This record gives sequence, structure tokens and C-alpha cells, in this order.
Amino acid sequence: MATSAREHAHAPAPSKTGLWSWLTTVDHKRIGILYGASAFIFFLIGGLEALLIRWQLRIPENNFLSAEAYNQLFTMHGTTMVFLAVMPLSAMLFNYLIPLMIGARDVAFPRLNAFSYWVFILGGLFMNASFLFNAAPDAGWFGYANLTSKQYSPGMNVDFWVIGLQILGVASLAAAVNFFVTIINLRAPGMKLMRMPMFVWMSMITQVLLLLAFPVITVALVFLLTDRMFGTGFYIPAQGGDPILWQHLFWIFGHPEVYILILPPFGIVSEILPVFSRKPLFGYAAMVFSGAFIAFLGFGVWSHHMFSTGLGPIADSVFSLTTMLIAIPTGVKIFNWIGTLWGGSLQMKTPLYYALGFIALFVIGGLSGVMHASPPADLQQTDTYFVVAHFHYVLFGGAIFAMVGGAFYWWPKMFGYMLREGLGKVQFWIMFIAMNLTFFPMHYAGLHGMPRRTYTYVAGLGLDWLNLVETIGSLGLAVAFTLFMVNIFVSFRGRKANPAPADPWNGATLEWSIPSPPQEFNFPEIPTVEGRDPLWTAKRKHGGPLPEPKRVDGSNIHLPNPSYWPLVTAIGMSIMLIGFMAGGLPVNLIGVAILFFGAFRWAFEPTG
Amino acid sequence: MSHADAHAMHPPTATGLDTRKLAIWTFIGSECLFFASLISTYLVYKGKSLVGPLPHDASQCMLDGRMQQCEGVFEIPLVTFGTAVLLFSSYFVVKALSGAQRGNRKQLIGWLSATVVGGLFFVGMQVYEFYHFFHKGLGYTTNVFSASFYTLTGFHGTHVTLGVIWLSTVLVLAIRGKLPPEKALNLELAALYWHFVDVVWIVIFPVVYLMK
Ligand SMILES: [Cu+2]
Repeated sequence: MATSAREHAHAPAPSKTGLWSWLTTVDHKRIGILYGASAFIFFLIGGLEALLIRWQLRIPENNFLSAEAYNQLFTMHGTTMVFLAVMPLSAMLFNYLIPLMIGARDVAFPRLNAFSYWVFILGGLFMNASFLFNAAPDAGWFGYANLTSKQYSPGMNVDFWVIGLQILGVASLAAAVNFFVTIINLRAPGMKLMRMPMFVWMSMITQVLLLLAFPVITVALVFLLTDRMFGTGFYIPAQGGDPILWQHLFWIFGHPEVYILILPPFGIVSEILPVFSRKPLFGYAAMVFSGAFIAFLGFGVWSHHMFSTGLGPIADSVFSLTTMLIAIPTGVKIFNWIGTLWGGSLQMKTPLYYALGFIALFVIGGLSGVMHASPPADLQQTDTYFVVAHFHYVLFGGAIFAMVGGAFYWWPKMFGYMLREGLGKVQFWIMFIAMNLTFFPMHYAGLHGMPRRTYTYVAGLGLDWLNLVETIGSLGLAVAFTLFMVNIFVSFRGRKANPAPADPWNGATLEWSIPSPPQEFNFPEIPTVEGRDPLWTAKRKHGGPLPEPKRVDGSNIHLPNPSYWPLVTAIGMSIMLIGFMAGGLPVNLIGVAILFFGAFRWAFEPTG
Repeated sequence: MSHADAHAMHPPTATGLDTRKLAIWTFIGSECLFFASLISTYLVYKGKSLVGPLPHDASQCMLDGRMQQCEGVFEIPLVTFGTAVLLFSSYFVVKALSGAQRGNRKQLIGWLSATVVGGLFFVGMQVYEFYHFFHKGLGYTTNVFSASFYTLTGFHGTHVTLGVIWLSTVLVLAIRGKLPPEKALNLELAALYWHFVDVVWIVIFPVVYLMK
């Protein structure tokens, strides 16, 4: 047996099933599944909010929704999709895949990983609990000052938003430290940085972005919190404050956040394309450096969200140039993806459909993005549906297409059975057509001057049929995701007949070298890596497909003990922050007490 | 199983760096942006307060409803002394760590206690300073100077307090004899954080207190 698998002399292993085992789990694969399931539910909630918005806008001067309800819905749609759907879907993949791809048994800090998840889910539930009080956040996902001030938003709506985001930020930061350290330090022997799978590279860059961007929004939110709770004037002109400070802080976070959302999907697509083209990723090093360059430039472009605030010609020119500059490394990536496909023997399986859809739609979103890098053009487009069209091509056409492709690709690994190919392809075509029906007309509506964030529009401005088409498209998207759920259900029912082998797609990376789903310890022996695409190398050496790996008895492999202290600590932290909104200082202090109690027990519990 | 076993069980890391140490460094990197945002805000709002009291003496400022000459609130000598104590505590923790690494219990406990006392003194100095400012009429919401000042130094003070709690926990371990040389890393991690908190103050002190 491997030297790293040591005798372990513990009391009988705790039970591996049931609710308690999930509440105390520190297994990165289970935490990944928890993230994925939670994020998918939030994605459905966010989708439902979008459908309500579209139903309101399907005809002019509709009164299906009140202006107040509409404000809550578009705010929660944006906030949910960014923080509760796309980011945690990425977190699911970080959790599940990074240790498998770098040949590790778990992440660097398994209990911190559980803590991140519990904080995330508490933050998400808290944010959505606002609906129960009919006080969902309603000042936009960007929360511009001084719309968010106590004077203009006296209700609890914005409080839910500020505190919810603060809680979620803690989850993101804790996870970012964990994954960064995991990638740097837990790579298997021979897994040099420049041999890491591209998904791991993009994940690592994403962690750096999270580490550097989230502290900034934390500070921005602290100021907003003290303005609202204690009466400071950070964003209040009457007290000497400046609402534009919020925009600077928010977008110094907000633009890197865009890359936090899109770089993991870049990684997914960079894994899918080579496998289904049967050739290695084209321009590996260029892919790595363009990703890093995008992230670096991402911190120098934030004011392109602020051209309309009147920063002056010099700032406008600088931010316009840096923004256009980002098109270069992004273009490098797109050419490399096409280069990967070029001359490959394409296997037209479902994941490849979504990856190709990603490339096509992301290019459209990227091009309209370059358009509003130009300040005069942006002044026409800002606050109109043109911008809405742009970022939905990037985030739906980009991120969500890649995520669905990734789901089809890694589902067999995670759950041990295949999803139906046929249903998956039907879903793809519905999604692709409906996506374009929904979002393409928004370009025209926007250029015709239709403003964002407004609950209705008058008839006869040439917007009526565009909006009707958009609403029909959005129903198509609902059909597509219903089909996805049907696929999961049907495939699960037929899982006995359709078990997944370890390596269903002829994969190149280490996760395909172990049984599907992997055993708790991942690798019976820590692999040694001799190059990129280690599994292809192994298959070449072997002269064909590798024998199906057997499930082995891993009772002598040391694994971290389950623990409920991360959950206790997460609850304490959430109570501490919620105290700012309800109950005041006593609740803050109860939260602090639980937090410290949990953290101390955590620090001193035997890790096994 | 014994703790020595538990340590041997961790395979060597890909970089040779200790994983926990790397995590602290990563966290510190992230914290830099946190304090950078707070300090930038303080600077952005410098001179933007509509009413006094102000940090430094001003010939014209709005106080008690009329324009008048007003005296700055800062007590530079007091803060300079607090700064020096905090800086020395960084030196103390280095001595304590070397004691821990060489198994010199007396050196470890002595210097670590001194570090904790230094940290407590700094927090006490800050509490006194805040109290003093309140009495001069500088509330949290008085003006943008007070809001950005109290938020910045308050968060720094919270960090110092957390550092004191962390170091005290390690001190208790040391007194109970649970900090043998092979576990000196437990102190080193706290010390890294402590140095960082000091370095942040080295930036805050000139930028906030000395720059007019
Ligand atoms: Cu941007």
C-alpha cells in the first residue's frame, strides 16, 4: 500500500449516511454536491424571478406586477444569479474537481471548506427570507448610493441585502484561501504548475480575484451598514459624503467579479474541448497567461461602469483603453479554443454541444462589451436593455452554457450514471434558440432607448413586439431547464441500466482514472504525474483503454474526522451579522459568543 | 494516536511550504486590500468634513453652529507612545518564537506575556483615545473625518484585539506545556498575523496622524 496510507486507530467509523453525516461532512465531494444542489435551487428561484419580470414586460403598460414588486424581483434576480447561483455552481466544481484533478485526497482545510458552505447557505437563506417579510432588496444588485440610504430606502429591504452580502462574502473569502492553498500545496508529485489542467489554472486565478476583490466590497458594505444603522455619512452628500465613492468601491470589486463568474466557465470549456476533439488544448501556455492577464487587467477597468458619472476626459480615456485591451487576451482564448477544435476528430457528444454554444454566444457578448468600452457609445447604451443583452450573452450564453456542459461532462463522475444524450441535445437546441430569442432583441430595444430597471413601457415606441419575443424566449428557457430536470430524473431512474464507467469520455485528466463516483479517499495511491494530460499518456503507454479501476478497501487510509463545529461557527457568524438588523447589540454578542465557542472547539478538536 | 503521529501523517507539500503558513500569508494578502480600502476612504474624505471637530488645528471650522478657530483632536504624543509599544511587541513575539523553537520555556512564556501585555496596552490606549475624542465632541457620526477615522482605527483595533486573544490562547498552551519545539508553528502563525497588524499600523500612523 502507498506510504501515505497509514494505519488508523480510531473508534468505529461514524455513519456515512443520513442527515447528520451531511451536516458534519468534511469530504470535499459531498460539500461540492451540497454547493451544487443549493446553487441549482437558487438558480431556479432566480429563473422564476426572471420569468415574472418577463411576464410583466410581455405587453406595454402591464399591471401584472407593481413597480415595488418589480424592483424587488430584478434586484433579487441579479443578486441571486451572481452570488447564489453562478458563484456557488463554480464552488461546486472547485470542491468536487480540484482535489481530483491535482491528485489530492481532500482540500487543504476540510473543516474550513464545510464552514464556507454553511456560511454560504445561511447567507442565501437569509437573503431570500426577505420575501417572507415582503421586504426583498429593491435597490438593484449594484445597490447604488444614495438610493440605498435610509432616507430613500427606509424599509428592511436594503438591510437584508447588505447583511446577506456580508455573510456571503465571508463564505467566498474562506473558500478562496482554502482553494488557493490547496492548488499551491496539495498537488500530487510531478503535477507542476504548468502541467495543471486548465480548469485548475482558471480556478486558481479566480481565487486570487476573490481574495483581492471581496475585501473591497466588504468595506463598501460596512460603510453602507454604518450609514443605515448608525447615521454616518459615507455616501450622504448632506453630511459631506460622496455617493460616487460607493460606485468606485463597488466596481473595483464588481469588474473582477465578472471574471470571478466567467473564468471557471473558461476552465470548463478548456477541459471539454480537448477531450471531444481528441487532441490536447491548443496553446496551453498562452491560455494560462491570457487568463492571468485578464485577471490583472480586470482590476484596472472598473470605471467603465461609471462613464456616465462624468469622470472627465482623462479618466474616461484611460479606462476606455484598458477595457479595450482586455479584448486581446480574451481573443487569444477564443482563437485557442478554435485552434483546439481545428483538425480534431470531433466527438459530437452533449458536453461538446454546450461548449460550442458557449464559444458562439460568448463571442457575441464579448463584442457588445467592447462596444461600451467607448465612452460616447456607452453614454447611449448605459442603463438601457443593450447592456442587459450584453451581460446575458456573457453570463447566460457564456457561464450557464459552460456550466450545463460541465454538468453533462462530470455528472457520470459525480453520480455514477450517465445523463441521457438525446434529451441533452434536445435541451441544447431549445436553450440555444430560446436564449437568442430572449436576449438578442434586447440589443434593439436598448438602442431604441428602452431603459433597464423600469417596470413598464408605453405602447407604440416600437418596443412591443421585441418584448413579446423576449418573453416567448424566456418561456423556452424554462422548458429547457424543465427538460434538464426531467433528464436527471429519468437518468436516475434508469441508473442501473446506464452505469458510468470510470472514463466514459476518454478523458485526459486524473479524475477519470478512478471509479465513478470516486471513493471517499479519492486515490488509493497518490498518483505521480509526468506531463500534461496524464491519463492520455497512461493510455498511450498501455496501448489502449485502461482496465476499469476496482473499488478497493480504504479502511486503512487516513481521512479527516467529520465535525459539526464549522456549522456552529457559521451559525454564530451569521447571528452576529444579523444582529445589526434585528435585536441589536445583544444579538451581536450572542453571535460573537457562539462564533468564539465554535471556533475554539474547532481549533482544539482532534482532527484524527 | 499521538500528535507526533498526526504530523507525520501529512504528506510533504508540493512547494515544501507549510500549508497553514501559506494560508495565513494568503489571508494577509487579502487583508491588505481590506485596509487599503479603509485607508483610501480616509484620504478621500480628508478635508471634506462640513463641521468640526477636525483632526488637526484649523483656523476656520464650523463648530457649535459658528465658524471659529478650532483645536485638532489628535494627541500625537500619546499615539506615538502606543505605536512604539505595538512595534516593540512585534520584537517581543520574535523573542518568544525563538524561545519556543529552542524549547526554552522561560523565554517563551516571558516574552509571549510581554507581547500580550503590549497588545493590551495598545488597545487600552485606543479605548482611552476614543473616549477622549467623544468628550471633545467627536462622535462617530459627527463628520466624514470621524466616520472614516473611527471605522479605520476601530477595525485595526479589532484586529489587535483578535491578535491578543490568539496570542493569549497560545500563551495558555505554553504555560500548560503544550507548545514543544515541534509545535512552535502554532506560535509562528499567530506571530505572522501579529506582525501584519503592526505593519498596518505603521501605515496608519503617519498617514492618519502625522499627515496634515
Ligand atoms: Cu466591468
